[in-house]
Amino acid sequence: MDKKNERHISRRSFLKIAGAAGATLAGLSACTGKDAGSGAAATGEDGVPVGKMTCRINPKNGDKVSLLGFGMMRLPSVGGKSAREGNEEIDQEMVNSMVDYAIAHGVNYFDTSPAYCRGKSEAATGEALSRHPRSSYYVATKLSNFGDYSREASMEMYRQSFKDLRVDYIDYYLLHSVGGGSGMQLLNERYIDNGMLDFLLKEREAGRIRNLGFSYHGDVKVFDYLLSQHDRYKWDFVQIQLNYLDWRFAKEINPSNTNAEYLYGELDKRNIPAIIMEPLLGGRLSNVPDNVVAQLKQRDPEHSVASWAFRFAGTFPKVLTVLSGMTRMEHLKDNLLTYSPLKPLTDEEFAFLQRTATLMMQFDTIPCNDCKYCMPCPYGIDIPAILLHYNKCLNEGRIPASSQDPNYREARRAYLVGYDRSVPKLRQADHCIGCRQCVSHCPQSIDIPKELHRIDAYVEKLKQNTL
Amino acid sequence: MLRKIRLTLGILSLTLVTLLFLDFTGTVHAWFGWLARIQFMPAVLALNAGVILFLVVLTLLLGRVYCSVVCPLGVFQDVVSWLSSRRRGRKNRFRYSPAKTWLRVGVLVLFVAALLAGVGSVVALLAPYSAYGRIASNLLAPLWGWGNNVLAYLAERMDRYAFYSVDVWVKSLPTLLVAVVTLVVVVVLAWRHGRTYCNTICPVGTVLGLLSRYSLWRPTIDASKCTGCTLCARRCKASCIDAKAHRIDYSRCVACMDCIDNCREGAIRYVCRLGQGGKAVAANGKTKAVTENPATATENPVSRPVETVSRPENAVGATGKMATAHVPAGRAGRRSVEGAQIDTARRSFLLATAAAAGAAALHAQEKKVDGGLAVIEDKKPPRRHTPLTPPGSVGARHFFQHCTACQLCVSVCPNGVLRPSTDLARLMQPVMSYERGYCRPECTKCGDVCPTGAILSLTVADKSAVQVGHAVWIKKNCVPLTDGVECGNCARHCPTGAIQMVPSDAGNPDSLKIPVVNEERCIGCGACENLCPARPFSAIYVEGHESHRTI
Repeated sequence: MDKKNERHISRRSFLKIAGAAGATLAGLSACTGKDAGSGAAATGEDGVPVGKMTCRINPKNGDKVSLLGFGMMRLPSVGGKSAREGNEEIDQEMVNSMVDYAIAHGVNYFDTSPAYCRGKSEAATGEALSRHPRSSYYVATKLSNFGDYSREASMEMYRQSFKDLRVDYIDYYLLHSVGGGSGMQLLNERYIDNGMLDFLLKEREAGRIRNLGFSYHGDVKVFDYLLSQHDRYKWDFVQIQLNYLDWRFAKEINPSNTNAEYLYGELDKRNIPAIIMEPLLGGRLSNVPDNVVAQLKQRDPEHSVASWAFRFAGTFPKVLTVLSGMTRMEHLKDNLLTYSPLKPLTDEEFAFLQRTATLMMQFDTIPCNDCKYCMPCPYGIDIPAILLHYNKCLNEGRIPASSQDPNYREARRAYLVGYDRSVPKLRQADHCIGCRQCVSHCPQSIDIPKELHRIDAYVEKLKQNTL
Repeated sequence: MLRKIRLTLGILSLTLVTLLFLDFTGTVHAWFGWLARIQFMPAVLALNAGVILFLVVLTLLLGRVYCSVVCPLGVFQDVVSWLSSRRRGRKNRFRYSPAKTWLRVGVLVLFVAALLAGVGSVVALLAPYSAYGRIASNLLAPLWGWGNNVLAYLAERMDRYAFYSVDVWVKSLPTLLVAVVTLVVVVVLAWRHGRTYCNTICPVGTVLGLLSRYSLWRPTIDASKCTGCTLCARRCKASCIDAKAHRIDYSRCVACMDCIDNCREGAIRYVCRLGQGGKAVAANGKTKAVTENPATATENPVSRPVETVSRPENAVGATGKMATAHVPAGRAGRRSVEGAQIDTARRSFLLATAAAAGAAALHAQEKKVDGGLAVIEDKKPPRRHTPLTPPGSVGARHFFQHCTACQLCVSVCPNGVLRPSTDLARLMQPVMSYERGYCRPECTKCGDVCPTGAILSLTVADKSAVQVGHAVWIKKNCVPLTDGVECGNCARHCPTGAIQMVPSDAGNPDSLKIPVVNEERCIGCGACENLCPARPFSAIYVEGHESHRTI
């Protein structure tokens, strides 16, 4: 009965949403890069369509923004991994070719931050984008003053962004990750008390910032407060975390988070464009439990698991762009396929994804998105790798609750052997001293030391065979 | 036929003993751990009367079959010698040589003296099983480990968990070098002269040779059939057949049966010297007559070492003899302590300098950006006044007296704790240290595999109650005091709850907490030392105890 009811509601509200999306789409079926002008729809040699990218229009200034936004947070390193893992340098050649490919296929929104990739993302982004006409892309960056809240340091960070990005104006500028840590207090410290927000408003007037917004995680009071001040600040956009798990289960995944349904609804009411981050929830929606893979593939065998998550995020009409942190060309191509053009979800599919989310919620994973804001741990712990290994084993049903479990022996071996493979011994949870320096950095407000000590205690039981 | 049986058993035993040193999973040990226990020296050191009696009786009955079948170093030399003989025209490359009695006996006397004096390094250097263990564990195990790691890499790619990778590291450079030298010496000798090592150096070979002289069954030359072609002597890798005189030196014959198969006339047979027909008795008598000839040469050593041979049996019954052995051991121990003290001042100065440099290097990185991994400095071993010996070894004295330094425990230690000592008096005998891991509560592998009783086998429960040392706190390294952050990682991981966290400022209960150790409950497992965030020197380390105790 309950289930039926829920489904009914979601269908009704979804019909409304889908209708609006259809209308928007009718208005602009395809937008290529502003200068690209390749015009006619064609399919590239590798099967990725050219000139078919779905675009959305920024109501303020008519920016035609590609639905796929390139997140520069997980850039490739020379070792082939994401440049945030280990200490390898960014593979600039690869970044350049991915950016070229993205622009050629209609992507025009690039999102970076002074903090990303150990502080090297902005320069790499600048390097890659400066090879294209300034009018062919929109670049977004942030005031990532996590360490030092002083006006001087923040100002320096702002100015450095122009230098690193090699631009004289920034298209989209964000207060980075508001709502974390102590919530309102931290917001005041980082942006209000030091006068930075007022300064940024002036910069917008001066045209050096074309659109001003904020990215939000955590304490909903901060989100509500900033929206309540919309008349004063005139937010041009807001960046939120939205995906089919967070739509209704964000609160359940992490009590300090807010369901995306609410966040999007609030923005929709005020007609503020939404930019979507974490459409894949840090990769958790592309690396899903086997039974979920089977369900998704059964419906659409020819498209990737991740494509469902991107279609979900893109279907909402007030979404300006959906950011994806792409490390590899395959990610980029797969995402381009999904959005060239977007095939909006039907309400039946929407309900199906909600059922899938319910199924996935049966696993009690730690809400780590591998954003690595907690890193580097001063004592060398590889925090996200430890949490992700735990989540992976949980998703695969490999966290035995007792030694009497039927698959205990295999699960134990898989956990312990896999643990050593995913995390070098010296970076495992048993080396976490609980200094708590990471806690305030986590946008998901995970009590990292507590989780690490819990995992350590679990591993210890596995090793000693005393579970 | 006899030769084929010998070959089959020998190859089998060599393979299995080698696997004991290579297999880190414990599977081979579960089935064939006894192969290490029936080795001569381990049995002597373990005072294992049953095995010693068995080996003595075996030798008295069949001759030195031990050397041809059980001893891994012996069979290994056979393999080398066989490879050498595969060269063209080298099949029958040996010739008779008289026994080097003075050398054999000299080495044996030195060996026994070292054994009595408790100089384990000399014992380990000469004992054949230790020598082979050294080679296998230092030179073969790394290859095995790397091979395993390749498989683990492939398994990882296939998302399988059948193989996991293991650390391959140089556990002790001196021991590695000794292993290389041992290998080179043994290979050169075996390549050129067959069983020279066994019949000139090996103390076990000498002892068994004294027994095999009187063995019941033995290869015997039937002088009436012999044509004097000397083919048997040229095939004899022990160089012990004097074909012209139809005489075999049974103290050196390892009963390999090569000569029997090589004789075209069927003149050599493996027969019992008693209860044979008149012909055999005649042959026997002849042999006896011949052996009397060189008696003058061998008489001397015979009487002396016989006493030595009986030593193990004596020791089994009367511990009084062992007690006397303690005296020199103690003296040697004291000498080395004195030597160590001279170095103390210089070493502690170096230690302090290094510690200061380390503290400067490890200033917690300031967090500015996301991603990346902090560099982790390697731990360095602290200077322990008393070396740490593994649980089950009862105490330093028991351990060093019984250990034959075969490296078996070092090979199987899954936590990187055991490694050969570099201390000269105890060279190659294992010691514990906690830079790479700690003595995990669920592991009892070293005691399970030890063939000599130097490390007694304990149950997991018993092991967790054995105190091998106690933790010592070093204030100047402790992270709450140096970095001003909460820690308590030592207390969190102490398996016996011997560490508590107390406020660093007694007057202020909210001040950062520092560890205090209850030495009564501490078992010295090293979890605290290994998991301490202070690098390269931990802020808490384990000091060994001369004798262990159960808490």
